Amino acid sequence: MPRISSMVIVNIVNILGSIAAIIVALLAGAVLISIAGQQPVEAYRALLDGSINGKRAIAETLVYSCPLILGGLSFAVALRAGMFNIGIEGQLMIGGLAAGLVGALHLGLPLYIHLPLALLAAMAAGGIWGAIPGAMKAFSGAHEVISTIMLNYLAYRLTAYVVQKTGKWLPVQPSLQATKKVVPEARLPRILDGTRLHAGIIVAIIAAFVLWYLLFRTTFGYKVRTVGLSRGAAAYGGINWGLTITLAMLASGILAGLAGAGETLGLQGRQYTAPQGYGFTAIAVGLVGRNNPIGIIFAGILFGALNSGAPSMQADAGVSKEITQVLQGFVILAVAGFAVLNNSSLARKVLTSGQSRRRDRAAAIGTEPDVEVRAGPPAL
Amino acid sequence: MTTAPDTISTETAAIEMRGIVKRFPGVVANDGINLVVRKGEIHALLGENGAGKSTLMNILFGLYHPDEGQIFVDGDEVHFHSARDAVDAGLGMVHQHFMLIPRFTVTENVILGHEGAGGLVLDRQAAAQRVGEIAASYGLKVDPAAKVGDLPVGMQQRVEILRALYHGSRILILDEPTALLTPQEVEELYGILGKLREDGGTIIFITHKLREVAAISDRVTVIRRGKTIGTRVTSETTAGDLAEMMVGREVLLRVDRPPARPGQEVLSCQDIVVTRPDGTTALDHLSLTVRRGEIVGIAGVEGNGQSELVEVLSGLRRPDSGSVHLNHRDVTQRDPNGFRAAGLSYIPEDRHGRGLVLDFPLWENVLLGNTEREPFVYDGRIDVGETKSITGRLMGAFDVRAPSPETIARTLSGGNQQKLIIARELQREPEAVLAIQPTRGLDVGAIEFVHRQLVETRDREKGILLISFELDEVLDLSDRILVIFQGKIIAEYESGKVTRTELGLAMGGRGQEEHLAAD
Ligand SMILES: Nc1ncnc2c1ncn2[C@@H]1O[C@H](COP(=O)(O)OP(=O)(O)OP(=O)(O)O)[C@@H](O)[C@H]1O
Ligand SMILES: [Mg+2]
Repeated sequence: MPRISSMVIVNIVNILGSIAAIIVALLAGAVLISIAGQQPVEAYRALLDGSINGKRAIAETLVYSCPLILGGLSFAVALRAGMFNIGIEGQLMIGGLAAGLVGALHLGLPLYIHLPLALLAAMAAGGIWGAIPGAMKAFSGAHEVISTIMLNYLAYRLTAYVVQKTGKWLPVQPSLQATKKVVPEARLPRILDGTRLHAGIIVAIIAAFVLWYLLFRTTFGYKVRTVGLSRGAAAYGGINWGLTITLAMLASGILAGLAGAGETLGLQGRQYTAPQGYGFTAIAVGLVGRNNPIGIIFAGILFGALNSGAPSMQADAGVSKEITQVLQGFVILAVAGFAVLNNSSLARKVLTSGQSRRRDRAAAIGTEPDVEVRAGPPAL
Repeated sequence: MTTAPDTISTETAAIEMRGIVKRFPGVVANDGINLVVRKGEIHALLGENGAGKSTLMNILFGLYHPDEGQIFVDGDEVHFHSARDAVDAGLGMVHQHFMLIPRFTVTENVILGHEGAGGLVLDRQAAAQRVGEIAASYGLKVDPAAKVGDLPVGMQQRVEILRALYHGSRILILDEPTALLTPQEVEELYGILGKLREDGGTIIFITHKLREVAAISDRVTVIRRGKTIGTRVTSETTAGDLAEMMVGREVLLRVDRPPARPGQEVLSCQDIVVTRPDGTTALDHLSLTVRRGEIVGIAGVEGNGQSELVEVLSGLRRPDSGSVHLNHRDVTQRDPNGFRAAGLSYIPEDRHGRGLVLDFPLWENVLLGNTEREPFVYDGRIDVGETKSITGRLMGAFDVRAPSPETIARTLSGGNQQKLIIARELQREPEAVLAIQPTRGLDVGAIEFVHRQLVETRDREKGILLISFELDEVLDLSDRILVIFQGKIIAEYESGKVTRTELGLAMGGRGQEEHLAAD
């Protein structure tokens, strides 16, 4: 009998769980559409039509997927270290701003130098924006949920400030509430004629594979995952907790910064001051992809498809495109629900006998009581 | 033995399990187990690590569903779907790894799952009173208002027992209840269990310690590799018989140990002072030395500075003052990997909180502490294939029973988890080993094996520092015994020159005066 490793089983269970969750969400959406007096079958056909039927539709799906995949990766790497990064939106915006400013400079450089420069600027800016809350937690214990939310506001305001007030020395255009147009040498090239699809999607997919490699094949990733699962074991293994969460948040910010750069250099051609909300959908993408970089590629494409199919659903089936937002909500709920079921044997025990299993009482000899209580990333 | 089991043999059994089968991916944990537990007896369940004891009890308690087999409680067949069903049928369980909520008080923990329809809105005062009453009637000394996280292990276990009694259990399952207890606490537990039996309670008691089987049980059932080997009346059997039934061969209950030939110093600390966060002194100018080729045992009552000493000697904590030397190098300021680089291996006391990442597969657990070391890692890149094959070899050499290196550590039996840690730490070819409670939860065969490994490591000219609350282990294994009391070493004995009683007295701080006078 061929022996299937339990890791493989875990992965299969996760994938099946996500697929089942998506089906449940679509069914729930269908009910909602019927209640609204419309035809769910037609609505979904139109949704599919608008998201995968033909070159243009597919291109649009991928255009939407690009920031969602990068954002999902950003969320995942932080969560692997036990950090709940709510600050992707801000990191994304700061990254986009840096890319937009560098990209709008007339430097007279060729594409293969100017574009990487703009991308690097975005990574650096996003990375710093991510590393700050990591370092704050490492040094003072400041909770990342609070500090990343605060840094989001700081990012919005800083962008507005830069756009409004720095016209003398930076390439901004206050009348448009945006930075100046990115020069052609710094644009992410279009990769499909007649569509908006740009090279950002390639960056996103490469980033996913790089992150997979980092997480599962390097000591950096090993440390990140260990820290996220057990601080006690991390200390025992000589892994510096503070440094590791800071680096994980740095990586998270870099990925979010890249997501911002993709929008600025690939799609919009400039950075606007209004936040776009990708950072929050990215959290959902990370969760649906179960914090696995490869899973996140698929989750990002799914959410991209929901976005790109929405207009045709409205046009062809008369279903308000806001329903796709509701669908996204359903997917998130269903995935979360299935994750709980997945841990069911455990969850059931905890619920029925009212006991927490997280903490092993063997811990009682000489360990800090808080070490194992910490659940680490929820097994979503 | 106070009760005569035979007089009740005609009554229906309290518990009967017939032909229980439970399969996990890659393992048959229970392979047709039969178990009959009579009313009012203390029934010991004995078996090697991974034999399937915890699984069987989890089935009995409704936490797992058997793939095959029947369960009868008081003669009636039952089908439990959850622990709640089992509790309703009068069962209670104290798990191998306790399941309490540290932030809750004793009372809150005890009444959990029994709050009634109102959820957590309940009459705390009445509950606390009732908890207090039950505690008093069984001599379970514990403060109902204390936070569980603040209690020592022995107390926490009483909370678990209290829980069961509060919920009306007549049949109590205890999974390795003594593994974490000090000898005094074990005695107290015996008292509590004896009382329960007098009141007509039935107790199933899992243990690896043959001495405990003899001390407390009326009958004993042995299982091996998921099968029932047999049930015996305890008074009609011997430790040797039971060990042989368990392991399937003759077991040396004591490892032969040639006299030590100590060489140069390899691990030492000088004048270590550690102050606890609450201002009390944990280590009070403590010094000790371990030489190559010797096993130094530290005996002491829990809480006399052992855990702080271990943290200082492993790099997890910097002492307030004093220094640590490893292999002639001052390592006081290093981190745990710095200690490892200097030649230390550390078998931690807390395998779940420290020694393992339970959600990692076995091979990633073998990587723990080896992240800066070839052949596991080259330039920050993990050699997955090599690490897995080393893991496979270690599993073979140390008899870690699990389907493959990919198995998730959480699913291993407690003893097999421990063996994996020991395997990882000893494969490193250390200069010195810190072995803290190294055989906790291991079966007699595995203890023999680990003890032999430690003695062999010693004979390869390595130094070993052993800390154990198991007096027999310290006595059997150590070439020199140090007694720790209130953060100081207060006595030192040569191997074989001290009795259990003397050691016990010294551990309580008695004899300190004479010792100091003799200096
Ligand atoms: N949830 C699980 N998933 C997969 N395998 C499991 C699971 N629980 C137990 N096993 C396997 O079943 C076997 C029996 O385990 P069990 O915990 O019952 O042993 P045990 O007799 O209690 O051992 P120990 O004395 O070491 O605690 C082991 O091989 C273990 O790896
Ligand atoms: Mg067990």
